[in-house]
Amino acid sequence: MLKRLFTVLAMLATLVLPLGTAYAEGTPDALVRRISVDVIDTAKTDKAIQAGDLNRILALVEDKVMPYVNFEVVTRSAVGPQWRGASAEQRTKLQTEFKTLLVRVYAGALSELGDQKVEITRTQPVPGSSQVVVQSEVRGKGEPIKLDYRLDKAGESWKIIDVNVGGLWLVQNYRTQFAQEIGRGGIDGLINTLVERNKNAGKS
Amino acid sequence: MTAALLRRAATAALLAGALLAGGCATVAPGDGQPEPAPYAANPVDPWERWNRKVFAFNEAVDEAVLKPVAEGYRKVVPQLVRTGIGNVLGNLYDVWSMANHLLQGKVHHGLDMGMRVLTNTLFGLGGLLDPATEMGLVRRSEDFGQTLGRWGLPSGPYLVLPFLGPSSVRDGVGLLADRQVSPSDLPDREAARYGVTALEVVHQRALLLGTTALVDQVALDRYSFLRDGFLARRRDLVYDGAPPLAPMEDFDDFDDEDDTSPPADGAKRDDAKPATPAPGTQTRPPAPAPATRQ
Repeated sequence: MLKRLFTVLAMLATLVLPLGTAYAEGTPDALVRRISVDVIDTAKTDKAIQAGDLNRILALVEDKVMPYVNFEVVTRSAVGPQWRGASAEQRTKLQTEFKTLLVRVYAGALSELGDQKVEITRTQPVPGSSQVVVQSEVRGKGEPIKLDYRLDKAGESWKIIDVNVGGLWLVQNYRTQFAQEIGRGGIDGLINTLVERNKNAGKS
Repeated sequence: MTAALLRRAATAALLAGALLAGGCATVAPGDGQPEPAPYAANPVDPWERWNRKVFAFNEAVDEAVLKPVAEGYRKVVPQLVRTGIGNVLGNLYDVWSMANHLLQGKVHHGLDMGMRVLTNTLFGLGGLLDPATEMGLVRRSEDFGQTLGRWGLPSGPYLVLPFLGPSSVRDGVGLLADRQVSPSDLPDREAARYGVTALEVVHQRALLLGTTALVDQVALDRYSFLRDGFLARRRDLVYDGAPPLAPMEDFDDFDDEDDTSPPADGAKRDDAKPATPAPGTQTRPPAPAPATRQ
């Protein structure tokens, strides 16, 4: 009896949950709006963040942004064709290290922003793909800063796969550097460089 | 007057020298033959060998002189004064931005920038304050390199200018025009002109202190990071923040565009060509580039 109830509940859950998330995530621009409002609001009220506490900013990004990022797509896009030859273990390491690095870039960019307002300007489908780019402008004292998000469907929900700050796609901008490292020392060489880079950055 | 001409000639010579030397650097090794060297792979940067040398020189100058001076400036000069300096310089740059908007046929933005200059000059104590931004007249800077790009001139090869940093052939030419109408041309006395130029440089560098510290932390190779970043940003600016979008390449284990097919053998797929290249990377093979660390 109880078992049966569980089965029914499980079935219901599998039916309802994806719908639920799809509904909650809504459109890509709604997702981006919610994330950026959330991040900016927290940044405005948090004293430690305003004082430039990078660890707090890192925690904020980890908390509010990372759940909406498809990190596997992000990593393999930066690694390029060599990803296909990488072992499962190498892939996991690449993903962990690249995530640490990217969170720091994004958090660093965030810490440069002062009292700002984000305005979502428009949402564009990317021709020839299922991707969508949500464009926004961060407005404050100086010149507006462009902050765009590239999203793609992962199952039922939209996930961020790249971020453009001031005209620069962060993930894509790493591909040439990654290719250089892979050319020199293979996938393991790239992993080592990333580990080193993260260690050094953590110190300073 | 002659001194001003001389100074311009010197700037021009510096740029021309860089162009020429850049050109020589590609010709010298093999008389037009493709270089066997590590840097031959990148079509956006055929002069990489030379550029890396200038880049190393610039980094050394920055480390020894410019960065310490900018840090001192940021420490000694109060924020309020620095904002004022930035506003005055910015108000002067805005005049040139207005001209460039108009040259590009963007009348609306041109008029907006004109209104900015008027507002800040009349109601902002000659540009010291920036009431225009509060009124919603947002600054949208344009330089002559962007205008040339808008007119259809491709950026040409990447070029690192001595002292001046990342540029391209087109933007180098643009810079030459920009400097003809820079704030440093306003004072009558030659000494004052150098003073204004120095202030411009130090102020700009001080604004970038946070950015360069970040680049230090996150770049695997500072040279390629800054090059790819510069070229992407300039392209974006030429398109006023809305360049044509291309899909981001994905390298999953499946056949392109078909997520339901079984995973392919990883080893076999290594040299597979993706169907849809991403912007700025379409012609760049993931070729090995050994020994490029500086």
